[in-house]
Amino acid sequence: MIEDRNVDVAVIGAGAAGLAAAAECADHGLETVVIDREELPGGILRQCIHNGFGLRYFHEELTGPEYADRVVERAAASGVKFQMNTTVSDVRREENGDFTLLLLSEQSGVTRVHARAVVLAMGCRERNRGNLAIPGGRPAGVFTAGCAQKLLNTEGMLPGKCAVIVGSGDIGLIMARRLRWSGVEVKAVVEIMPYASGLTRNVVQCLNDFNIPLYLEHSVVSINGRERVQSVDVAPLHDGIPILEQKFTINCDTVLFSVGLIPENELAARLGVELNPATGGALVDADYQTSVPGVFSGGNVLHVHDLVDFVSEEAARAGRAVIRYLEGATAAERNPVRAGANLKYVVPGYYARGRDTVFAFRPLGVWASAMLEAELDGRVIWKRRCSHVRPAEMLLAELSGQLLNAPGTLEFRLRPEQDEAAVEEA
Amino acid sequence: MIYDVAIIGAGVSGASTAWQLSHFDCRTILLERWADVGFGVSKANSGIVHGGFHHPVSTLKAKLEIRGNLMFEKLQYELGFPFQRNGILVVAFSEEQMATVRKLYQQGIANGVRNLEMCGRDRLLELEPKLNPEVVGGFFAPNGGTIEPYRYVFSLVEGAMRNGVELQCNFEVTQGKWNAEESFWRLTAADGREISARRVVNAAGLFADQISHVCGAEEYRIHPRKGEEYLLDRNSSARPRRVIFPVPSRDSKGVLVIPTAEGTTMIGPTADPAEDKLDTTTSADNMHRIVALVRQMVNGISTRDIITSFAGLRPVLESEDFYIARSEKAPHFIQVAGIQSPGLTASPAIGEYVKDLLKEDGMTLTEKNHVVQELPVRHEIRHETPETLDTLHKDDPRWTHVVCRCENISEAEIIEAVRKGHTTLDGVKFYTRGGMGRCQGGFCSAKIMKIISRESGIPMEKLTKKGGNSRLLGGVLGSAEVEPMPEK
Repeated sequence: MIEDRNVDVAVIGAGAAGLAAAAECADHGLETVVIDREELPGGILRQCIHNGFGLRYFHEELTGPEYADRVVERAAASGVKFQMNTTVSDVRREENGDFTLLLLSEQSGVTRVHARAVVLAMGCRERNRGNLAIPGGRPAGVFTAGCAQKLLNTEGMLPGKCAVIVGSGDIGLIMARRLRWSGVEVKAVVEIMPYASGLTRNVVQCLNDFNIPLYLEHSVVSINGRERVQSVDVAPLHDGIPILEQKFTINCDTVLFSVGLIPENELAARLGVELNPATGGALVDADYQTSVPGVFSGGNVLHVHDLVDFVSEEAARAGRAVIRYLEGATAAERNPVRAGANLKYVVPGYYARGRDTVFAFRPLGVWASAMLEAELDGRVIWKRRCSHVRPAEMLLAELSGQLLNAPGTLEFRLRPEQDEAAVEEA
Repeated sequence: MIYDVAIIGAGVSGASTAWQLSHFDCRTILLERWADVGFGVSKANSGIVHGGFHHPVSTLKAKLEIRGNLMFEKLQYELGFPFQRNGILVVAFSEEQMATVRKLYQQGIANGVRNLEMCGRDRLLELEPKLNPEVVGGFFAPNGGTIEPYRYVFSLVEGAMRNGVELQCNFEVTQGKWNAEESFWRLTAADGREISARRVVNAAGLFADQISHVCGAEEYRIHPRKGEEYLLDRNSSARPRRVIFPVPSRDSKGVLVIPTAEGTTMIGPTADPAEDKLDTTTSADNMHRIVALVRQMVNGISTRDIITSFAGLRPVLESEDFYIARSEKAPHFIQVAGIQSPGLTASPAIGEYVKDLLKEDGMTLTEKNHVVQELPVRHEIRHETPETLDTLHKDDPRWTHVVCRCENISEAEIIEAVRKGHTTLDGVKFYTRGGMGRCQGGFCSAKIMKIISRESGIPMEKLTKKGGNSRLLGGVLGSAEVEPMPEK
């Protein structure tokens, strides 16, 4: 017999996003279950044993596990039920608008959860060597940075003895320092862009402090070795194309990839949720509701964040929207929001008249300062000067409902004012 | 102890021969150079069951291809590997190409292939809506299909072993001496192990020439011809129903779009001569070449869907045909060399053919009284209903512990692989599909390594990707000396 269970809200994923959304719902008296594959709630924070978390949300500097403990305690105190070591193997929307989730776990076998609303909070997976089709052999010693982090921080195993890190994403930078501290030599970090993809503070604290070279506008053009990695070939890029005549070899036995994150939206696809190609996440309205009524999304599965603090804030807003949805509020208006010049995307993808809304963006370049503007049907209704703009750092704009007073198309854009180079010269 | 037959090489040819011989009273040993079976040519393969129209029936490879093609349903029933007869489409995009299509079709008819169908544009698009609508014409071979080649080898070996065939892995034959007085072969491995056998089957793939040489049999050369393949996510909108072939070139059957038997899509292979028999590197140029070629045939192919790539080497003889014969130089020595495409398709027939050659060689083959004809059903949770999973859970709760999220593989499946002797990460991956999906082991490889270590008793730091020196880890945290922080 397959056991059935009814809840108000099923949250998929017990990372920072899922816990924040669940806590809001449970606080409001909704029966809320958080489902996660891992043994402990907290998501990827559990393996991020470095500090730097929580400055915004908790106003103090915490390690990943400390941040996780706080948000887990908060959710538990609110009455959230945890179903850990459990995989959601299927999710379906029933004719009456409720949802059925099929769960698999070692402890309770096969069970079904029926929920009135679903929050997608599955986070991301890492892009890997295969996604980039990096040429060369197929030796052991090639890891994603997060996989190496898990091996090191939760299993106590060193990935190798001497590493090259491909990509300068935050996990890669953090891992460069972590490896150095563990006695693993780090030969180089290789980045295809002319700037680091991770936060500046991580470049300073994780590379510069250890004299680890960062090769900007370079690409790994071959991974060499048959059994274990022996070296990588690195070449400078010209207009994105490697100049093979200038390639050089770095000997190493380990290659870590920190080349971006991909929202894990396979379950969303199963529900028929419409995705935004620019983010890889769901297309959501001002309530973080997806194209499927009753399905909400927040955190890294919606779009990749740079700080967990923003994840917690965003998912809490999604959680509050779930409450309104279950209380029978009408769905938020869907007036389109567009990412204009110099912005990769904007979330949410719709605005509702009269509703205070926080918009999140990724800039497409590096500028010392730039003006972020919002235009509603040909009229600039809001602007703010942003300094130290870079793709690694997400931009936020809080617009009051009073500004969003007309139907139409809302477009955000970034007008560059000062180059990075100009500032350096000055 | 002296074995009746030693088969060198546990790829499709050797494994199929072992399965055939396992039905007879015959002490057989299978010797594999690498850490697991199928780790040579068979692993990195397009996995096509060919339709019998590419080569004239005057060649041995075409004869065995046609016969082998007919044998897969029975083998699948007995051994339970992933195989589907979903048909092959050969498609042309110009009148010039249509001339080759007609020639191939005629050759297929002459070869006795049934149900080949010449198709116009509309019929092709009906058979395969994913085709580029600019297609001019082509033909349909409903007898073609796809198979998971490594799973096929695992099944053949498992079946053979249930019937008493022995297996030794990491056995790289470096010497073969015929003892004329007592009439047996003495085979020595690189690590010093030795075995004796009355007869030797040389199914050593890329290294058949070296084996032949060290055994004092015929001198010939195997030329490796490399094929790169790129695997697309199972969600790729490009996945066709049929295997899509272009018109072939002189050296190869061309770059294909392959709906694999396990639900992913593969594009490739290239066909370029390689210098080194161990060179399985891929290159950026070939990726672009493959993608450009398949985009002409099928809509929706995107490099964003690539989840991994690999290269395999075809063992090619000068003649371009298979060389399966009793040695004229070395006694009781059977050559199974040059098994390039369509070797996988031909392999069931190769096993039979070798069995017959052994009989010709004077071997008495008496059928066993009790033969295990079928392997027990292997549960794979990705294919089971919730009700079956519930039953499996009661039997062993680890059936509902999902370890690999992308391919949906349970801990029980991983444990089964390890208990069957697959103790490398690649061995477990090819046996179970764990780590084969879109995250390529990013989430699950640490978990799988822990399970292998726990079940096999091999410490984590000694685990390998594929045997030899392919160590997965650098050691235990705390074992490396830490350099002091540089002065500012």
